[in-house]
Amino acid sequence: MFAYYLHLGVRSLRRNPALTALMVIAIGFGVSASITSYAVFRATSNNPIPQKSAQLFVPQIDNWGPESAAENNGEPPNALSYTDAIALMQAHKAPHQTALFPIAPSVVPDDPERLPFRPTSYAAYADTFPMFDIPFDYGSAWSSAEDQGHAAVAVIGDDLNRRLFSGANSVGRSINLDGRNYRITGVMGKWDPEPLFFDPVNTSGFSDSVQLFVPFTRAIDLQLPTVGNTACNQAPGNGWDDFLRSECVWIAYWAELPTKAEADNYLQFLQGYAAEQQRAGRFHWTPNVSLRNVTQWLVNQRVVPPESRISMLVSLGFLVICLVNTVGLLLAKCLRRAPEIGLRRALGATRKDIYLQFLIEAGTVGMAGGLLGLLLTGLGMLGVGFVFDSRIARLVALDVSLVMLTLLVAIIATVLAALYPTWRAAQVQPAWQLKSN
Amino acid sequence: MSLQIKLMQIEPILAALRRHKAGTILIILQIALTLAIVCNALFIIEQRIARISRPSGVIESDLLAVENSWVGANNESMVALNRTDLTALRQLPGVRDATLSNSFPLRVGGRVTGVRIDPSAKKEIAQTAEYFTDDHALATMGAKLLAGRNFRADEVTTSDSKSYVSSPQVIITRELAERLYPDGSALGKPIYLVKDGAPSAVIGIVERLQVPWPGAWTDAFADYVVLVPVQLTDERNVYLLRAQPGQLQAISKTVPQLLFRTNRMRVIPDQRGIRSFAEVRADAYKSDIGIAAFMGVISVILLTVTAAGIVGLTSFWVGQRRKQIGVRRALGATKHDILSYFLTENLLIGAAGVVIGALLAIGLNQWMMSEFEMQRLSLLYVLAGMAVLLLLGQGAVLAPAMRASRVSPVEATRLN
Repeated sequence: MFAYYLHLGVRSLRRNPALTALMVIAIGFGVSASITSYAVFRATSNNPIPQKSAQLFVPQIDNWGPESAAENNGEPPNALSYTDAIALMQAHKAPHQTALFPIAPSVVPDDPERLPFRPTSYAAYADTFPMFDIPFDYGSAWSSAEDQGHAAVAVIGDDLNRRLFSGANSVGRSINLDGRNYRITGVMGKWDPEPLFFDPVNTSGFSDSVQLFVPFTRAIDLQLPTVGNTACNQAPGNGWDDFLRSECVWIAYWAELPTKAEADNYLQFLQGYAAEQQRAGRFHWTPNVSLRNVTQWLVNQRVVPPESRISMLVSLGFLVICLVNTVGLLLAKCLRRAPEIGLRRALGATRKDIYLQFLIEAGTVGMAGGLLGLLLTGLGMLGVGFVFDSRIARLVALDVSLVMLTLLVAIIATVLAALYPTWRAAQVQPAWQLKSN
Repeated sequence: MSLQIKLMQIEPILAALRRHKAGTILIILQIALTLAIVCNALFIIEQRIARISRPSGVIESDLLAVENSWVGANNESMVALNRTDLTALRQLPGVRDATLSNSFPLRVGGRVTGVRIDPSAKKEIAQTAEYFTDDHALATMGAKLLAGRNFRADEVTTSDSKSYVSSPQVIITRELAERLYPDGSALGKPIYLVKDGAPSAVIGIVERLQVPWPGAWTDAFADYVVLVPVQLTDERNVYLLRAQPGQLQAISKTVPQLLFRTNRMRVIPDQRGIRSFAEVRADAYKSDIGIAAFMGVISVILLTVTAAGIVGLTSFWVGQRRKQIGVRRALGATKHDILSYFLTENLLIGAAGVVIGALLAIGLNQWMMSEFEMQRLSLLYVLAGMAVLLLLGQGAVLAPAMRASRVSPVEATRLN
C-alpha cells in the first residue's frame, strides 16, 4: 500500500512540475538556512566539558564598588585583581583551584636556522590539569611544590611537541622561552575545548588550541605581562610592583567544587572575604560577589556571538514562511484534486486511505526538499567562513547528525504543513463531487 | 464613476474570499511574516553598511601594518631595536614613511582610557583610545592636521607601558576636541588622561582617526583618539608603513625580509602579521559584511518565495473559477473588469497582510532591541516594505489575472 501511495504521490507531483518545484525549493532553502545557522549555534553553544561543567566555578569579587558595578548591571568585574587572586589561592578553600592568565612567550628553537614563534600560552597553577581533565601523552603536570618554588617548568601541547621534538617523548628535556630554559614535565594529548571555557573574557570563547602552560608564580617573577585584557578603575601607578598592588583586574580564576554543599560554602567564604576587605578599609561597600559554573559563565560572557543568534532567528522565521507557503500550495493541489478524491472515496477508499495517500505525497515533497536542502546546507557550510571568525568556522562541519537532522526537519515540517490540506481533502464528499461533474 | 465600480466590486470579492478562508489567511500570513522579516533584515543590512562605511581617518591605500614582537629583549634594549628597525624601514626602497605604534584604526586590540578636563573630577568626560607613536605617525597614516602642529622629534620619548604615566603634549581628534571643549578652543588647552595626573597640552587637532575596534561597544567614542608621543617598549608593537604609490605589493614582501635580516630574534605572526589596510578593514568588518550578505540573500529568496506562492494560489483560484468568470463575461463584464477584480482581490489580501506585517515588524524589532543592541526600526522602512510587498503582490497576481481575463464567455456553457 505504501509503495502504491508513493507511486501515486510521485505521479501527482509530476503532473504539476512548477508547483512541485516551488514547494521543493521553498523547503530546501528554508531547511538549509535553518540548519546552517543551527550548526553555528550548536558549535558556539557547545558544552566544552560536560562531565565537569557543573563543578567548575568562577568566583567574582567586586573590588571597584557599586558605581562601576552599576554600569554593568550590578556585576562585579569579570576578572580578579592580583591581590584577590592570590588571597583566594592562599586560602585554598576548594579541593582544586587555579589563577591563570594568557601570556605570549616566544619559543626559541635549538636549531638556529629556525625562527622563534609564539604558541598560545597560559600561566597557571598545577591544579589546572586535573581540574580541566587535561589528557597527557607523556609525563604529567608539574607539582604543587614546583608552584611554591616558582620553578622553571612547562607543560607543552601535542602540536608544539611535534614541532619541536617530532612528537617524541620530550619529558625532562628543556624548552627555550624568550632565552630562558624550562624543563618539560608533561606533553598534553589533543586537548582543544570549544568554546575555550576557562578564558572567554580574553578570547570571546574561541582561540587556537593552547600549546603551553608555565607556572603562574614563575610568570609573575619574570614580569610576563598578560596578553589579555587589563581593566583599571584608576591609574595603576608606576612599574610592575605597583601594578600587582593595584585594583586592576586581569586574572581568571577557577575553583573545582564537586558538590552543592562545597559550592555553597565557597560562596559564603567569598562573602566573608569581601566583608573582611570592607572591615580592613580596602572596600568601602557591602560585599558583592558571585560564583558561576561553566555553563553560567559562558552565558554571562555571551560566548554565542550575537550574529549566530540573529541568523538563527531569521532562518527560523524564513523556514516558517516557507512552510506557510507550502501549506497554501498543498491546499491548492488538494482542492484541485477534489474530483479525483471523490472518485476514490466512491470506489471505497476510506478517509484514512486519503490521509495516508496525501501525507505520503507530502513526505515525498519533504524528502526532495530535504535533499535539495542538504545540497544547500553544504554550500552554507562553506559560507560560514565568510560570516564568522575562522576560529568559529573551523568548528562547523556537515556531520552525520546534521545530515539526518536536515532530512528529518524537511520531512517532518512538510508533513506537518500537509496536515490541514489533507484534512480538507479527506472532508471531500464523494457524492457531491461525482454529481457536480 | 470608475471608483464607484471598484468599490462596488469589493462586496462580491469579500464574499468570494469568505469561501476561500484558508487560502486567504495563508497568503495574508505569508505576506505579514515576510514583511516582518524583510523589514528587519533590510534594517540590519542598512545598519551594518553604515558601520562599515565609517571613515577610518587614515589614507587607506598604500598602507601596510606589521605586527612585531621581540624575543628575549628587555625594555632598555628594545629602545635601540625599535630605532634600528625604523631607520632601516624608512630607507627601504618603496617606503615613503614608517612609524611605530601600539595600535591603529581597526586593528582590534589597543588601549582605552578615561579623559578629563578637570583632573579631580570623579567621572571622566569620555573614553578615548590612545595611540602611542612618534612624529612620523600623521604622515604615515595620512591623518589630516586641522590645527596646531605635529610632534617634534625631540618630544618623542620611550617608556614601557607599566611605567608610562602621562605625556606633556598630545594630538587629539576633532571629535574629541569638540567633546572636551565644545566652544572649539581645545588647541593649547590641557587634558587629563589619568585621574589626578599631570596635564597634557593639546598641540594639534587631526580631522579624524577611528579607534582600533569596529564593535558596537565603542560606538560612544568611535572617533575619540589621543596620539601620545611615546614609543612603548612593551614587547609587542606595530610598524605602519606608507608605500610609494603602487609599491604596496612589493614592500609587503621586502619588509619582512628586511626585518629578519636586521634581527632574527622577533616574531611576526603567520596570521595577520603583515596586512595591507584593505585586509585590516576586511578582517575588522568580516562579520558585519557577512551578516549583511546573509540578510540580503534571505530577503531576496523570501520575496521570491512569497511572490511565487501568490502566483501559485491565484492561479489555482483562477482555474477553479473559470466557469464563474465565463458567466460574468457572458453577462457583459469586460476583460478589464475581470483583471481589475483579481487585482483588487489581491490588493485587499495584501493590505491585510502588510498591516499585520507592519505590526509584526515593529514587534520583532522591539524584541531584537532588547536582545541584540539593535536600534529602533525607522518607520520609513516599514512603509517602504509595505509598498514593496503590495507591489510585489500586484506583480505576482498580474499573470494569473491576465489569464483569467482571457477566459472566453463560452466557458459559461461548458459543463466543466
